[in-house]
Amino acid sequence: MNNNADILIDIKNITKKYDNGFTALDDVSLQIKKGEIIALLGPNGAGKTTLISTICGIITPTSGSISVGGFDTLKDYRDTRKMIGLVPQELTTDAFETVFDTVSFTRGLFGKPRDNSIIEKILKDLSLWDKKDNKLRELSGGMKRRVLIAKALSHEPDILFLDEPTAGVDVELRKDMWNVMRALSKTGVTIILTTHYIEEAEEMADRIGVISKGRILLVEQTSELMRKLGHKEMIVEISEPLDTLPASLQAFDLTLSDDRKFITYSYNANQEHPGITRLLKALIDADIRTTDISTKQSSLEDIFVNLVRDAA
Amino acid sequence: MNIHAISSIYRFEMNRMWRTMGQSIVSPVISTSLYFIVFGAAIGRQMGEIDGISYGAFLVPGLVMLSLLTQSVSNAAFGIYFPKFTGTIYEILSAPVSALEIVIGYVGAAATKSLILGVIIMLTATLFVDLKIAHPFWMLFFLVLTATTFSLLGFIIGIWADGFDQLQIVPLLIITPLTFLGGSFYSIKMLPEFWQTVTLANPVLYLVSGFRWSFYEISDVSPGISIAMILVFLSLCAGIVYWIFKTGYRIKS
Ligand SMILES: Nc1ncnc2c1ncn2[C@@H]1O[C@H](COP(=O)(O)OP(=O)(O)OP(=O)(O)O)[C@@H](O)[C@H]1O
Ligand SMILES: [Mg+2]
Repeated sequence: MNNNADILIDIKNITKKYDNGFTALDDVSLQIKKGEIIALLGPNGAGKTTLISTICGIITPTSGSISVGGFDTLKDYRDTRKMIGLVPQELTTDAFETVFDTVSFTRGLFGKPRDNSIIEKILKDLSLWDKKDNKLRELSGGMKRRVLIAKALSHEPDILFLDEPTAGVDVELRKDMWNVMRALSKTGVTIILTTHYIEEAEEMADRIGVISKGRILLVEQTSELMRKLGHKEMIVEISEPLDTLPASLQAFDLTLSDDRKFITYSYNANQEHPGITRLLKALIDADIRTTDISTKQSSLEDIFVNLVRDAA
Repeated sequence: MNIHAISSIYRFEMNRMWRTMGQSIVSPVISTSLYFIVFGAAIGRQMGEIDGISYGAFLVPGLVMLSLLTQSVSNAAFGIYFPKFTGTIYEILSAPVSALEIVIGYVGAAATKSLILGVIIMLTATLFVDLKIAHPFWMLFFLVLTATTFSLLGFIIGIWADGFDQLQIVPLLIITPLTFLGGSFYSIKMLPEFWQTVTLANPVLYLVSGFRWSFYEISDVSPGISIAMILVFLSLCAGIVYWIFKTGYRIKS
C-alpha cells in the first residue's frame, strides 16, 4: 500500500516485558511515513510512552526491531538518535540551569557544534526569548513544557516525538503549540504525538493510531476514523408494521427491522445537514406514524470493543 | 566519538561546581587549616618527627588523599544520581552518546573537581609547612589516578543508589574510616604488629603510602606495590562500569 521509500520509522513486532513481568507492548508493528503527523491515541497505561521510549532508546525492547531512516535503533543508535527529538511526558528539568544553557546543552549532547543563532531562533519561535536567562525553577509549567520542546528541537531533528504535549496546558497555549507543530510539519519534520483526547488527535494528525493494553488496535487516516466515530443511528419505532419502505423513503439510508416495527436511519453526525428533518418530514408525508425515536452513537469505546472482538 | 556531547556533559557538571564554588572551596580550606592547627601545631609538637619528617609535613599527603577520596566519590555519585532522581537522564539515554562518552563526561568532571581541590589543599598547606615534592611526576600520577578511580567508584554508587541517604552511606561508612585507618595521619609502623598486618588489607594504605613517597621518599609499603594497586583498583572500577552499561543495570529498563 505504501511506497517503501516513504517509510521513515518501521516498527516490527515490538514486545516489551518489564522486569516485573508486565507486558506493556505486545507485538506492536507500525510504519510511520516521512513528513506525516501521527497521533497515538489511548487510555492511561496503554503503552504509548513505552512505545516512544523504545524508539528513542530509553527502553530496550524484549523482542522485535525498529528502524529509523533505514538504521537499526540498537545497532546504529548514533544515526537513529541524531534524527530524533523527544519531548517527554513528565516535566523533568534541572532547577538551576538557565533556559539558554539547558537548550544549548541538549544541542551539544546530540553532537552538534554550539550555535547561538539557532538557539535564539528556537527560543523566539516558542516565545521563550525573554526568559532565556531565567533559571528553570523560575518558570511556570507551561513555560517548562516549551523549554522541553526547545531542547528537543535544539539539534534540528527530522523526527519529533511529543508525549502528551498539551497535558496541563491552557487553551491558548494549546493552540500556540498546535501552530508550532504545524509550522514544523511544513518544514518536513515528522511528528509523532500521544494524547488522550480524540479532539487533539483530530485537530493535528494526518493519521491516528489507537493503542490499548499494549496493542495497536487500528491505524487510520484521521478523516476515515472521524467518519467512523461520527457514525450515528436513529431508530424510529412505528405504530403500524411496514412490509416495505415506501418509495419516497428510498433516498435515505434506511433499514427495516425483521419484525418490521423499527426503521433505522444511519447518518454521520459530523456533517452539517444530517438529514433528520427531511427524514421526519418524509415520514409524515408518507403517513407513517412514529411512537418513539432514539439515537445511538458509536463511541471510541464501541470501536475499541469491535476491534478487540474482531481481533479475538 | 561524540566530542560535543562529552564537552557538554563536562561543562554542565563543571558549571554545577562553579555555582557552589564557595562551598566547594571554602570548606576544604577551612577543614584543612583546622587539621594543621590541631594536629600539626598543637599535637604535632608532642609527636616529634616521623622518619625524619615533621608531623605537620607528614600530614599533607594524608589530608590531600582524604579529601580526594571523599570528594571524588561524592561528586561523581551525586553527578549521575541527580539526573536519575529528577528524570533528566532521559536526555542522556536518548542522545547519540556511547557509554564511554557518558563516563568520560561525568567522571572526568568529578575527577577534575577533586584535583582542583587537592591543589587548593596543598596550597593551603604551604601556609603551615614547608612542602617539598621529591617526585612531581609520581605525585601527579597518584593524584590523577586516585581521583579518576574514586570518581569511577562514585559513579557506580550513584547508579546503584536508590535514595540520597545511600549516596552518603558509602563515603561515610567506608571511605572515611578506611582513610583514617589507612595511615593518613600516622605511619603504620607506629601500630602493634597485629594491626600492621590488618592494615595491609586496607586499599587506602597503598594510595596514601605511595602518594607520601612521591613527596618525601618515605613509605609504609614499597612504591612499586602502590603503583600496581592503584592500577588494579582503576581496572576494577572500570570493569564494573563497563558491566553496568553492558547490562543496563539500574539505568535502563
Ligand atoms: N518501568 C516499568 N516497570 C514496570 N511496568 C511499567 C514500567 N513503566 C511502565 N509500566 C507499565 O506499562 C504500562 C504502559 O505504560 P506507559 O507509560 O507506556 O503508558 P501510557 O500509554 O504512556 O499511559 P499514560 O497515558 O498514562 O501516559 C502501564 O501499565 C505501566 O504501569
Ligand atoms: Mg505516557
